[in-house]
Amino acid sequence: MNDVLLRLEGITKRYGSLAANDDVALTVRRGEIHAVLGENGAGKSTLMKVIYGVTRPDAGEVLWKGAPVSMRNPAEARTLGIGMVFQHFSLFETMTVAENISMALPDSPRDLAPRIREAGARLGLPVDPDAPVHALSVGERQRVEIIRCLLQDPDLIIMDEPTAVLSPSAVPALFETLRRIAGEGRAIIFISHKLEEIRALCHTATIMRGGKVVATVDPTATTADDLARLMIGSALPHPVRPPRELSPKPALTVDDLVLPAADPFAMALDHIALKVHPGEIVGIAGVSGNGQAELVRVLSGETRLPSQEAPRVRLEESSVGDLGPRDRRRMGLAFVPEERLGRGAVPQLSLADNAYLTAAGLGLSTRGFIRFAAVKAFAESLIAGNDVRCSGPDAPARSLSGGNLQKFIVGREMALAPKVLIVSQPTWGVDVGAAAAIRQRLVDMAGKGAAILVISDELDEILETADRLHVIFRGRLSPSVPATVDRDRIGLAMAGDFAALAAVAPDRSLAHA
Amino acid sequence: MLEARTAPSRATLVAVPAIAVALTLLCGFLLFTAIGSPPEKVAYAFFVQPFASVGAIGEVLLKTGPLLLVAQGLAIGYRADIWNIGAEGQLIVGAICASVLAIAFETSTSPFLLPAMILAGAAGGAAWAGIAALLRVRFGASEILTTFMLSSVALQLLYFLVTGPLKDPMGFNFPQSVMFGDAALFAPLIPGTRANTSLLMGLAATLVAWVFMARTTAGFRLMVGGLAPAAARYAGFSQTRAIWIGLLAGGACAGLAGVGEVAGPLGMLQRTLSPGYGFAAIIVAFLGGLNPIGIVFAALVMAVIYVGGDYAVVSAGVPNASATILQGFLLVFYLAASLLFTHRIRWRKAAVAEGSAP
Repeated sequence: MNDVLLRLEGITKRYGSLAANDDVALTVRRGEIHAVLGENGAGKSTLMKVIYGVTRPDAGEVLWKGAPVSMRNPAEARTLGIGMVFQHFSLFETMTVAENISMALPDSPRDLAPRIREAGARLGLPVDPDAPVHALSVGERQRVEIIRCLLQDPDLIIMDEPTAVLSPSAVPALFETLRRIAGEGRAIIFISHKLEEIRALCHTATIMRGGKVVATVDPTATTADDLARLMIGSALPHPVRPPRELSPKPALTVDDLVLPAADPFAMALDHIALKVHPGEIVGIAGVSGNGQAELVRVLSGETRLPSQEAPRVRLEESSVGDLGPRDRRRMGLAFVPEERLGRGAVPQLSLADNAYLTAAGLGLSTRGFIRFAAVKAFAESLIAGNDVRCSGPDAPARSLSGGNLQKFIVGREMALAPKVLIVSQPTWGVDVGAAAAIRQRLVDMAGKGAAILVISDELDEILETADRLHVIFRGRLSPSVPATVDRDRIGLAMAGDFAALAAVAPDRSLAHA
Repeated sequence: MLEARTAPSRATLVAVPAIAVALTLLCGFLLFTAIGSPPEKVAYAFFVQPFASVGAIGEVLLKTGPLLLVAQGLAIGYRADIWNIGAEGQLIVGAICASVLAIAFETSTSPFLLPAMILAGAAGGAAWAGIAALLRVRFGASEILTTFMLSSVALQLLYFLVTGPLKDPMGFNFPQSVMFGDAALFAPLIPGTRANTSLLMGLAATLVAWVFMARTTAGFRLMVGGLAPAAARYAGFSQTRAIWIGLLAGGACAGLAGVGEVAGPLGMLQRTLSPGYGFAAIIVAFLGGLNPIGIVFAALVMAVIYVGGDYAVVSAGVPNASATILQGFLLVFYLAASLLFTHRIRWRKAAVAEGSAP
């Protein structure tokens, strides 16, 4: 067929003994949105590097518009008509949109401005060419990246997890744009591991596992469970939740918490109240930036309340609002922050040192001296027990992938055997299999009597794990509703309409004494 | 543009200081030759003379002591991101506190006088640094500024004391105190040299610093606070405590070094106490990679520069400022080498579309 744009045959790339790509074949046609789906380490990134000219395969052929090509660098790929939009933006914050785009093109910012407006109008990517980048939201920055790529008039655009940075409400607009781009006869390679998105957007899905292509399917005709099974090689486990008794006494209580914004970019907390009982998982849903970060800091002790307001946060019966994280940890509170590097772990330090960061209380020190053998053994047990892929306890934290480091941190906090566990974005960047494992462990911990609070952007995650959920919007927290609530209502509440939840019968199954 | 290297190698720890020292020697040599000093004499003064006799080695060790002491104390703070650059002032206050005791008990022969002076010196230096710690903790004042400004205050205090209350009444109006009694003086470690207990205190500080940084929970907390402040907050390590420990450790060590000077080679309190040990020790701490063992070698290198500089002034006629110039070279080359080991230069325009963040 002459509408075949890109064909890969027998692509093999080895790194030492590891075959990152093993005899990979891929065909992309004009006008097609083609998903490449796989877990972390399945070989997606290596394959994209081959297509974009970053690495050269050890074996196999790249055919571009029917002719074999051998690209030495991304500049050659761009000359051929292959563009890429990266997950991490590369924009200069102090420059305007047009100035940023002009750095990738021979034209001046002034000449580019009308073209930026035109492309924006045509494709549903409104962006002001004269706006400084620092004033743009994440979604707008992504538009700038996409426009920069499009103005180079590529035939093929590679998009690396473009929805990872967007709020759920911004995703449909992006999809509309991508459909219009494909409608112009361009092809898109869409890298993702979010199955529902692929089913909603893509025409074809190539599924990779262990460096090989395991299937090429029509995602619209395949269920998400089937896609997941192909991707991870076994059925996607959903957390199993045995029924359990709830204790009437809450393990964590937040009582009418008010906190002014600490800086112009922070969200003030407005009369927040919540309770988490031993044995239950409570979720907080909401688009990020609505006060989750501020609330979590008050709960963890990173932000301390003045002592007269200490009773606003209680662990079991004790007022802890004015205590620091170490005191709260001693009283049975553990916390997984959303930032792994630099907060949950020190990037430069080894996994052993990072195990010590919060777990010193597990007998890892005597009289102020670190017990290195015990620390190392503990780190090794975390690595083995949580399937952390790394070179060992001496590996620096920053050498791990985000997902593996998250498994390590979650494992560490769970090892503290907390009475209350707060987890912020438990599975950001973690692949589906590991995410399912983390969710199952949360459910298991609750089953053993821990009180768990999950804060997540991903509504599915909350619905899958939580018994009850609150919605947070502009620093206000909705009353809790059972996690069986219709997701459209939750969506409305996430946009600020808490009344949509009020129609739901209040949750009487739980003790609200 | 500069781009961070992904994995700075372990070799950095040795290679960076080695390159910095080599470039310093080369540039110093070229500079002194250019201004007309006989090159062979300059080389002889720096490379041979400091090691040519027991006395010369003794001089090197004499200068190693205070540099080592001060640098070990400073490095503890630096690793925690606490920037005490006023060790010179803390050294002076430590010397003053010890001197007050020595002068007040001028005729004493008590064996407790010297230990009391050591304690007073350490306490004085720590207290002087403690002012900066208090200002930082209570008012958020940058310790970089306060410690530096307090150095000037300490110097003025010293000038006032040696021309006023502590001046030797029989000293023909020279700005200096009385000579200390024997009970207030360190005995030389090796006969025929002036090297004294200051060196032993430096080595003891090295041991303590190493154990503290590598083995204790408190040292670990300081390190985390320096590397990743958000992680330290998350773990619940107190920043206030880190500020106090970092500044007090540096101040106490500098104070001890001050005792070593007045109770050692000087034997009295005088206008010029230290040839800039407090500032040179900052360079020593960095040259040693903020590593207690590395600092021992760095202190030796710096001491050789001091002693070689003195010889070069006499034998090769280089300017008095030669040691200071070499210290400057050393710092600049160290910073440059260290940056180039952790970053690489890309000469072309930023390849924006390749995903490398600007």
